[in-house]
Amino acid sequence: MATEMVTNSAARAEVLRRIRAAKGGASDEVGVRAAWAGVERGYRRAASLERRAVIELLEDRLRDYDAHVVWVGRGDVAVAVGEMLAKRGKRRIVVPVGIAAEWLPAGFEFVMDVGLSAGELDGFDGVMTGSTVAIAETGTVVLQNVAGQGKRAATLVPDYHLCVVRVEDVVETVPEAMDRLASTAELPTTFFSGPSATADIEMTRIKGVHGPRFLDVVLTGEL
Amino acid sequence: MSGAVLDPTTSPAFPMAAKAAMGDTQLRKNVRHATEVIQAKRARVVGEMPDWQQLREAGKQIRQHTMENLDFYLEEFEQNCTRAGGVVHWARDAAEARQIVAELVKASGSDEVIKIKSMTTEEIHLNDALEAAGIRAYETDLAELIIQLGQDQPSHIVVPALHKNRQQIREIFQREMNLPELGEKPEDLADAARQFLREKFLRVKTGVSGANFLIAETGGVCIVESEGNGRMCLTLPETLITIAGIDKVLPRYQDLEVVLQLLPRSATGERMNPYNSIWTGVREGDGPQVFHVVLMDNARTEILADEEGRQTLNCIRCGACQNACPVYRQTGGHAYGSVYAGPIGAILTPQLQEMHHAQSLPYASSLCGACYEVCPVKINIPEVLIHLRNKVVKQNGLNTESLAMKTMGMIFRSEARFRAAQRLGRMAEAPLVRKDGQGEGWIGWLPGMLGGWTQVRDLQAMPKETFREWWESRGKNGN
Repeated sequence: MATEMVTNSAARAEVLRRIRAAKGGASDEVGVRAAWAGVERGYRRAASLERRAVIELLEDRLRDYDAHVVWVGRGDVAVAVGEMLAKRGKRRIVVPVGIAAEWLPAGFEFVMDVGLSAGELDGFDGVMTGSTVAIAETGTVVLQNVAGQGKRAATLVPDYHLCVVRVEDVVETVPEAMDRLASTAELPTTFFSGPSATADIEMTRIKGVHGPRFLDVVLTGEL
Repeated sequence: MSGAVLDPTTSPAFPMAAKAAMGDTQLRKNVRHATEVIQAKRARVVGEMPDWQQLREAGKQIRQHTMENLDFYLEEFEQNCTRAGGVVHWARDAAEARQIVAELVKASGSDEVIKIKSMTTEEIHLNDALEAAGIRAYETDLAELIIQLGQDQPSHIVVPALHKNRQQIREIFQREMNLPELGEKPEDLADAARQFLREKFLRVKTGVSGANFLIAETGGVCIVESEGNGRMCLTLPETLITIAGIDKVLPRYQDLEVVLQLLPRSATGERMNPYNSIWTGVREGDGPQVFHVVLMDNARTEILADEEGRQTLNCIRCGACQNACPVYRQTGGHAYGSVYAGPIGAILTPQLQEMHHAQSLPYASSLCGACYEVCPVKINIPEVLIHLRNKVVKQNGLNTESLAMKTMGMIFRSEARFRAAQRLGRMAEAPLVRKDGQGEGWIGWLPGMLGGWTQVRDLQAMPKETFREWWESRGKNGN
């Protein structure tokens, strides 16, 4: 171990020395920060659509990915969830700690993920979570490791994901989403845009390889 | 072409390898189909972005700024990643990187690893090194799995198996997965991969990945992918080893808003790729509890030291230049003799070899500029190609070609010498000229180096009288 540390610190010093030699000296923090602030950002950083149009764009994009999408009032999530699970024939669903109890309909088995192993997760019909933010322009939903969204493996191993997105968390553009995520940037974060897919065989998009092959989204809330 | 490791130090020169590739009609058909499909998808989703040019400009400036301050940002990344529970290692070259990774895998107590597609690990031929150390590496990206099971080599940065069609892939899977009944629909093939790999995802305790972006501000790492195999490797193992070139660093979290728009649209023609993962160090109860990052130089600092070549490091590995390149679209990727093929490979590979190898690659281009036009971070590839051609010429010193060029220069500087050369040329060409039906003279064969010109076209014979000669005799005769 000791030799490894020595070697490594020698490599570190050498790589940094080469970089400084290549660009003619070391960078100082004040200069770097000022130069970064000087980067021209002429691209769109704000929404341009009306709120309703933003939500409808998200619905469109998600359907493009073959997700089922419904938009219901704040009190109607459980009913919508029940309908979607029934339609898909899913009964045993894993949910993260902290998921809103009023979202869970009766008649299904919801199991809280308290340290479940990957093998155990593999035995469920599906997973249901909330979300942090959604991006309409790209049809993306962002999950973070917080209450109601849980650890990354839980939304990965089961073959079906039902995700609840609150309309107030929907933004139009990628920069708006990154603004909202900035304060929790260090949490494990997953962006998903449709079910897992590949185009590795003759550039044909095939849905569902290793991640969940089936995705449903319940949009909830009033504008 | 398959089988042989794509090693620029031993690969044949591009014109030779290209000639072999051009004879493979199936390969050319597969490459043409794939590049046409991606290009069309890319054009559609880029076309719907009114601010695409502003995004490109921002992308370029961010990458340029990063390279100008690379030492600062790498140290910042190291500090923040370490604070979050990651362990950062530094590697001067490929050998050192391979050794570090092999030792880390052994220290994790595993003799097998699951791998996410990573061009950096392809660059250093990590799998061979792991195998030599008694470690079995399973590629989990569908295309990489096709390559690995078929004992093939990647031919594209983003879609490494684009040179194979479904029938060829089925044959590989039938043989290697022992599935004689397997169908040839892409869905069947993807499903076979899902079955084949799931057991490994759930069992193997150590994962190896590359990185798309290292975020200096947070110490986080970002990986974009499609299939979910990446998420499996990043999330399920107990130990994760990420290897990244030192060029992969991004100053701040906010900069993701630029590259996460540029990369998916350029790479696969999607508005966003199916999955992006961002994680910072280790997090209790979520993902690997041991996390290593290996920061590798491997001649990147050499590129940084060359002010004109430096922009090569701005590359975010989208592969758009490959799809747009009229040369790549004919030859496919293997002819470049490097895991980095196409226009970006033509500039990156020789520089990673410190110009000692792959010297034919800067010439593997017509300089049409299609690569520059589609590059999401505006790397002026034609400019770098010309710069590298200059380097090759200077480095090679005097040879037949440079002597010929010097002689030409001398002839063109003097009218007397120029006229004498024209007269000499007419005499010298006489035995080679054939007359066509119209009485025009043509040369169909030239000796030695000049033969390259007449291999694919005829050269018109020199006229009996040059314009100057005609003009002068006209003056004398007064008509």
